[in-house]
Amino acid sequence: MSAPDEIRHVEIEAPEVAAARAKVRRRRSIALAIALALFAMTFYALTIIKMGPALFDRAL
Amino acid sequence: MMGEARVEDYLALLKPSVMQLVVFTAVVGLVVAPGTINPIIAVISVLCIAIGAGGSAALNMWFDSDIDAIMSRTANRPIPSGRVSREEALVFGMVLSLFSVALLGLATNWVAGGLLAFTIFFYAVIYTMWLKRRTPQNIVIGGAAGAFPPIVGWAAVTGTVSLESVVLFLIIFLWTPPHFWALALYKQSDYGAAGVPMMPNVVGNASTKRQIFTYTVLLALSAMLPTVLGFAGLAYTSVAVITGGAFMLYAWRLLRTDDDVAMRKTARSLFNYSLSYLFIVFFAFMTDNLLTRFAGFGG
Repeated sequence: MSAPDEIRHVEIEAPEVAAARAKVRRRRSIALAIALALFAMTFYALTIIKMGPALFDRAL
Repeated sequence: MMGEARVEDYLALLKPSVMQLVVFTAVVGLVVAPGTINPIIAVISVLCIAIGAGGSAALNMWFDSDIDAIMSRTANRPIPSGRVSREEALVFGMVLSLFSVALLGLATNWVAGGLLAFTIFFYAVIYTMWLKRRTPQNIVIGGAAGAFPPIVGWAAVTGTVSLESVVLFLIIFLWTPPHFWALALYKQSDYGAAGVPMMPNVVGNASTKRQIFTYTVLLALSAMLPTVLGFAGLAYTSVAVITGGAFMLYAWRLLRTDDDVAMRKTARSLFNYSLSYLFIVFFAFMTDNLLTRFAGFGG
């Protein structure tokens, strides 16, 4: 009796390949996080520079 | 590992080596422009121009992945080697392009933002999608895309396009044909296999070498325009004369070389020299400008 198609064609990844894949994903996630942080910091700095002291000149 | 792109693969999509030239010429445009700019905004502007250039490079690699796979020079790029999918490169390029234009517009002015958007459009659509595979004049017209960065840098400070920035544009525009045709002369089998109609493949080596020499003379003359128009001094003029003369000498040697092996070697020398030439001329222009403005060394 043969296994169903969807089971028969599943490839089991070797542990070292899975580990390498996870490492690449982790590095990519860290790079993305850094890029997003830099983007947010750029907008923050830009807002302060563009608006200057006027940013704080408002009624409390 | 198919489909698992490394961070380095995404960086390679930005064509970092081309980006160096874009950033440098944009910095020169920004520094020599009259007026002042907040240093942090200046850094953000240069970053936007660099990311815009990177975004358009990713779009170029997305569209050209079929011919990149054929040419030895480009076969190991992230898409033909299977490390990044075409869709990923397209989205990456679009996101970088849109964000760089929006950020530059918000940080400086919308003339600079609009010029950056036009530069990206010119490189990705006019050059990559339209001209590159259709005409041997591809890099002559498409060269305008690489010539825009100093205009964008200048506009980031002044909000306008003026004669000085157009002269900087013209120098890069006229530099592009000898630079890329020298590369095409010693890599012509690559271009031929990929079906890209580079000048040597279409009109032959002799005509290409004549055109290289003609453009080199025009380039050397255009590099004298800052002096003629009165916005560069003796320091720049001396550098422009010496480097322009050397460039013409390289082009002349190429023109007089008929032996195929020697011709390829001379073309490679010309290609390498042309890279140094642009850096030296732009650096000299920036230094001369700074000396005149801040140290009182008038031309």
